[in-house]
Amino acid sequence: MALCTNYKTRKLKDQLVSLWIRFMVLLVVALPLIIAFSLFYKSWLILGHSSLSELLFSSVWRPLAGKFGFFPFIISSVWVTFIGLMLTAPICLLSAIFLTYYGSRHLLRFMQPVIDILAGIPSVIYGVWGILVIVPAVGKYLAPMLGYESSGFSIMAGGIVLSVMLIPFVLNILIEIFRTVHHDLFDASLSLGATKWQTIKHVVLRKSFAGIVSAFGLGLSRAFGETIAVLMVVGNVVGVPENLFQPGYPLPALIANNYGEMLSIPMFDSALMFAALLLMVVVVVFNIISRRTIIYLESKH
Amino acid sequence: MWWRKLEEKIVYLLMVISVASLVILLLAVLISIFVKGTPYLSWEMVSQTPKGGYYFGREGGVLNAIVGSLYLSFGAVFLSLIFSLPLSLAMNIHLRARPKIVNRIRFVLDILWGIPSIVYGAFGFTIMIYLGIKASLLAGIITVGLFIMPIMVRGMDEVMKNVPVSLIESAISLGSTRMEVAFKVMVRQTIPGIVTAILLAFGRGIGDVASVLFTTGYTDNVPTSITQQTATLPLAVFFQLGSPIPEVQNRAYASALILTVIILIISIAVRFLSNKYYSNRH
Repeated sequence: MALCTNYKTRKLKDQLVSLWIRFMVLLVVALPLIIAFSLFYKSWLILGHSSLSELLFSSVWRPLAGKFGFFPFIISSVWVTFIGLMLTAPICLLSAIFLTYYGSRHLLRFMQPVIDILAGIPSVIYGVWGILVIVPAVGKYLAPMLGYESSGFSIMAGGIVLSVMLIPFVLNILIEIFRTVHHDLFDASLSLGATKWQTIKHVVLRKSFAGIVSAFGLGLSRAFGETIAVLMVVGNVVGVPENLFQPGYPLPALIANNYGEMLSIPMFDSALMFAALLLMVVVVVFNIISRRTIIYLESKH
Repeated sequence: MWWRKLEEKIVYLLMVISVASLVILLLAVLISIFVKGTPYLSWEMVSQTPKGGYYFGREGGVLNAIVGSLYLSFGAVFLSLIFSLPLSLAMNIHLRARPKIVNRIRFVLDILWGIPSIVYGAFGFTIMIYLGIKASLLAGIITVGLFIMPIMVRGMDEVMKNVPVSLIESAISLGSTRMEVAFKVMVRQTIPGIVTAILLAFGRGIGDVASVLFTTGYTDNVPTSITQQTATLPLAVFFQLGSPIPEVQNRAYASALILTVIILIISIAVRFLSNKYYSNRH
């Protein structure tokens, strides 16, 4: 009898836990949809007020007059992201190749914590570093050298800080991707007399081209949403920047800077939610395409 | 032939430079934070709350932010754990025979992981208004808890995936329920990995600004209840750096240093644990 009740309680516990687990699975799978839907619901007001093309391509930003053109913010985001990726790309590619094909195991063991710590440093710390080092460097040296005048708080400074933050993220993915390239392909090429670099150039890079592009796609979506570090160094002036040494105002910074003050104006509130939705859509689309490509490549090997 | 050799050498040099630049960049960030923050780090700084307002007061320290950050991160980790542990157990026990579903869940988690924290912040803010709670420690815990959940699940999943199927099957064949397999076999087998995942999520949670910017508010006091507003370290850096008063800016640099030290301690702990985990397995 005792055994029997014991069995029953065990069974009951198992069923309760299973129920909890099923609920969790549903919740997680639905979470992206819930987030997207709630942002869409909140931005309904602004979508009814102005047309989508007006929102995306007008550069008139006067919230109090009911004019919401996101173009200056979108263009700033695009520029900052572009510079960040351009600067991070060569460093990540070269380091990933070196760590995978040239470096010893000891080097990798030494570099792994370096990469992990770079990845773990919070973005606000990168922002402080940017203000202390990058902004003066851009304002005093880089801009005058190229013949521009700049306070330092500029798109360029945002891009540079962003590129450092992207390094560990992209580098880790690239190392993973290079590991999926078959070793016998590499060895075959070497045995035919190709040098190591030739093999990498003609075999590895060609084989993993789609993977490399996806790694940068993931980097792009990470860069597009980065908020605080960029906000701290980019200057935050509304307007379409004429050159890279002028201040910009990316989308995430727009949301972060105006929150709280906008609550009294429903349309402004809705506009900021639209910005968050826009951000999410761009990030998720790039994420899905890149991840699908990587999964496809991994399944082939 | 000479060209090939030269090309090889040039590329090799470039590669060495870029690997070295990783180390240099890390040192550059750490050194600038340490150099700027160390002079202002004092007992007063870590044991007192700001006097006369965090933005204008010249006296006091950042105790409110330190305690607030710890409350917030522990709360968020706890909340997230309630979701993450069952989910990762389910993915590796209950659903093990259905890899298609598991892979789909992993995919969704990766997408969630990629959503920027500012979007979580905006989402948390809408939930807050919907539920009628004000900016508070609670609202911050909910937002950060959601934000770190995918990191935690993926971390746990990564170690649980490596537990051999035979171990689970033999436990089941001996008459264990799936729940018993989960907590008595799986969790016990992977505890260092689980702790690592929790630490990583903690580090992510304690350092993020964008998700708590609208949800926790900011106050000079140490919160005494979950419904009160709270300061956090990253917010202390962000807000106080914008002040025109040098003493207040110094508090920001000190907060940045404290935050960096916390992150470094977490990194070391993670490294130690994962080394231990892997040396146990081989």
